[in-house]
Amino acid sequence: MQPEIIAVTINGREHKADVESNLTLLQLLRRLGYTDVKSGCDKGDCGACAVLLNGKAMNSCLVLARQADGAEIVTNAGLGSMENPHPLQEAFADAGAAQCGFCTPGMIISAKALLDRNPSPTEDEIREAIAGNLCRCTGYAQIVEAIQMAAERMYPTGGAS
Amino acid sequence: MTRNVNPLPDTKVSAMRQVGKPLRRVDALGKTTGTTVYAADFEMPNMLHAKVFRSSEPSARIIGLDVSKARALDGVVCVLTAEDVPGGQLGTDMPGQTGREERKGSKAPVLASDRVRFLGEPIALVAAETLETAARALELIKIDYELMPGVYDPLEALEPGAPVVYEPDNIVATWKIRKGDVAAGFDEADEIVENTFTMPFIDHAYLEPEAGVAWMDDQNVINIRVCTQVVEHFRRIAEAVGVPHNRVHIRGTMLGGGFGGKEDITVEIFLALLTKATRRPVKLVYAREESILAHSKRHPFVITHRTGVKQDGRITAAEIQMTANAGAYPYLSPYVSLYATVTSCGPYKVDNLKVDTKAVATNNPFTSAFRGFGGAQAAVAYEQQMDEVAKALGMDPLEFRKVNYLQSGDENAIGQRIESAVWLEEEATEALAALGNRTPDSGAIKVGRGFATTIQSYGRIMWFHDTARSWVGMEQDGTVVVRCGAPDVGAGQVNSLCQIAAEVLGVKLEDVTVYNSDSALTPLAGTTTATRQLYMSGNATLKAARMVRDVLVARAARHFDVTPDGIDLAERVAFVVDEPHDSLPLEDLAQMCAADGMKLQHLALFTAPFTDQLDPDNLRGDLFPDFTFSAHAIEVAVDTETGEITVLKSVGCHDVGRAINPTAVEGQIQGGSAQGIGWALMEEVQVDAGMMKTPSFAEYLIPTSKDLPTTEAIILESGTGVGPFGAKGIGEPSLTPAAPAVANAVADAIGVRVADLPITPERVLEALDRGG
Repeated sequence: MQPEIIAVTINGREHKADVESNLTLLQLLRRLGYTDVKSGCDKGDCGACAVLLNGKAMNSCLVLARQADGAEIVTNAGLGSMENPHPLQEAFADAGAAQCGFCTPGMIISAKALLDRNPSPTEDEIREAIAGNLCRCTGYAQIVEAIQMAAERMYPTGGAS
Repeated sequence: MTRNVNPLPDTKVSAMRQVGKPLRRVDALGKTTGTTVYAADFEMPNMLHAKVFRSSEPSARIIGLDVSKARALDGVVCVLTAEDVPGGQLGTDMPGQTGREERKGSKAPVLASDRVRFLGEPIALVAAETLETAARALELIKIDYELMPGVYDPLEALEPGAPVVYEPDNIVATWKIRKGDVAAGFDEADEIVENTFTMPFIDHAYLEPEAGVAWMDDQNVINIRVCTQVVEHFRRIAEAVGVPHNRVHIRGTMLGGGFGGKEDITVEIFLALLTKATRRPVKLVYAREESILAHSKRHPFVITHRTGVKQDGRITAAEIQMTANAGAYPYLSPYVSLYATVTSCGPYKVDNLKVDTKAVATNNPFTSAFRGFGGAQAAVAYEQQMDEVAKALGMDPLEFRKVNYLQSGDENAIGQRIESAVWLEEEATEALAALGNRTPDSGAIKVGRGFATTIQSYGRIMWFHDTARSWVGMEQDGTVVVRCGAPDVGAGQVNSLCQIAAEVLGVKLEDVTVYNSDSALTPLAGTTTATRQLYMSGNATLKAARMVRDVLVARAARHFDVTPDGIDLAERVAFVVDEPHDSLPLEDLAQMCAADGMKLQHLALFTAPFTDQLDPDNLRGDLFPDFTFSAHAIEVAVDTETGEITVLKSVGCHDVGRAINPTAVEGQIQGGSAQGIGWALMEEVQVDAGMMKTPSFAEYLIPTSKDLPTTEAIILESGTGVGPFGAKGIGEPSLTPAAPAVANAVADAIGVRVADLPITPERVLEALDRGG
């Protein structure tokens, strides 16, 4: 298998990378230093590695790096920072939604994808949107609360302009 | 919701400004922005990658092991087998303790040499330039097994002639309680109810698989950066590797969950051996499948209750037999089974009590700590039994329990007097009331309700002589540093210490920096297990912070010419209580103290009560520092055509003594409940003749966001705990009542009991067939 050079934009930064044909996007992201993308199962069961791939939430362990050629990828760390957190990151912190924090980056990515298409989701819609993200610490209640909190802060009129 | 009930005991702090507030945890934003660096996120220059070669048989003799081809593979730097391991033995007893003799027979081989006792037992280690090369090297290791008969059921393992997993008779531990006159108690009884309950292997399923990086430095110290609940393992690691204790340095990371599964040594010895052999940094990260094979499980138990009662509900006698499946090596089975024994009859007065517990070795995954630590397994049995006894008497389950509840001042099953508040009746009443209106049945969908009330210790077994240290200092700009060896498993251990120090020293959370979980650079604080860190390290931090406060207050009192009790600290100033305008920034005060040579850095030692070991053949005496009492209420809907169970409502009500951070306490109650509900309804590590049938998260299912309702957390605060500011512990107690509450709700819904966890749709349908 010959390495192939792909071009991807990750959190606004352009990368060219040599990738083996069996390298997953998760492995590539972590190799490039985007270690906020977590590996919890490597087979799409847990959602800890979720990223936005061209705006869509995907488990990066199920995408081959080569399939991401030309793609725009956003990880949780690309949404905000300690100095300038994204409203979801802020709300997760306020609501106590991160305990061990290992599922949190993937969870926030799923929440971001949800709010992008539905600015005022119901509790059921939130639970549906994060059903692919396992959390062992919280029982999900404070995560649901955080996503509701973020939606209210981001879209005080419920998304109506 | 939080309800304060009693006035707080004397805290020497005039008003609560930080403690008791739902403040944003200091570790929260690092985690939500993906900034926190976990064990697997760390790399070093020139680093090697490790893999572990594991047994593919659960019971076999190793008759040939050839690693020459693996060693010869280009890019492989090191292959180690049992022959290369000097000490060769892994101490599995007493993590974190000092100075106490290990139990005989508690060692396990670091690497198996002649025999394997469970599937996945480590046999060889590989370090290579790349992960891919290390993986290829594993495929080149040749091993020949001679299969040996295995034993997989603990009751079969007790039979004469059973294959011996643990010398001489597979019995890893035996505990007994002999209290009162059981025969007379049964004679006196109007009804005798007997039932047997079982529960399966459970995986901790923390989202972060085990991981670490080790390197040797220029002092020949083996540094290991690892996710662990116990940095004090450095001693056992040093012994296994054959270096002095002071040549192993554990640098604990923030954990991506532990729940007891990172209480035993995981990757540390493998990393230490490989870095010592290669003098290069080495990284080892388990895949999920390896994690499930490699770490401990929750003990399956078979528990039989025989309970005698009078018509008025009074329990006259109880006979309880417990058998725990210890798996292939002892680890913490003796203590898990001890906890189960001591809580076997629940939070009830039973004057005539006979308990016999055995932990029995089998060729299964080894079992050890898991949130609840035997106390949770005991509760699954005693709370179902309580409902069955109430049913036999035709009594309401709560009215029946009320006749028998322990009260504050009463003695528990082994004669330990309970000094703190016991609010079981209040908790059960609150939890049941919070369920609200009962959801009506609808055709084949039957709705049921159940609850459970439980006792769970916090703090370690007192004969372990538990201690914790914490160091608190004030910098010259008035900010605060806490150094405390406590690992943070994600429950907010660090934040609690911050909130306590901030309270005592009159600063904000953001003014405090905590350094934690380092076996060499932070004062040792013991294990993050046994719901002990708030109690132990919280008290140590409180003590150290008060020592610093006393110095600040003395200096300020001199400055303002008032007595020390006329000074308070808040908002980063010291001020005269009666004349709040007379104030001094802490920054200035700290500099005044420094100029006067006054000490603003203090190390405090907190010791739990010390006792002697109890007689295993007749347990009697004081065993735990204190207990948390809890209730959980559940409403379920059961589809009687498909057997499917939906949890409709869930309420946990706990007297936590004092909630240092109510948001964090709520998170514990909700998260513990989720694990309890998962245990009751869906989770089971399936092992068939020693072979793993649930190797990944595709087969081992834990609750998703759609499997659970929001658990309402009702926090009661009696202020009577032995933790800081009257706090009790909540980490483990949050889980304990949830599973039996679910089981009782299902039994209420369908009118028959499924006595085996998990309560799957198949078992519901079987029970309905039986019952109908």
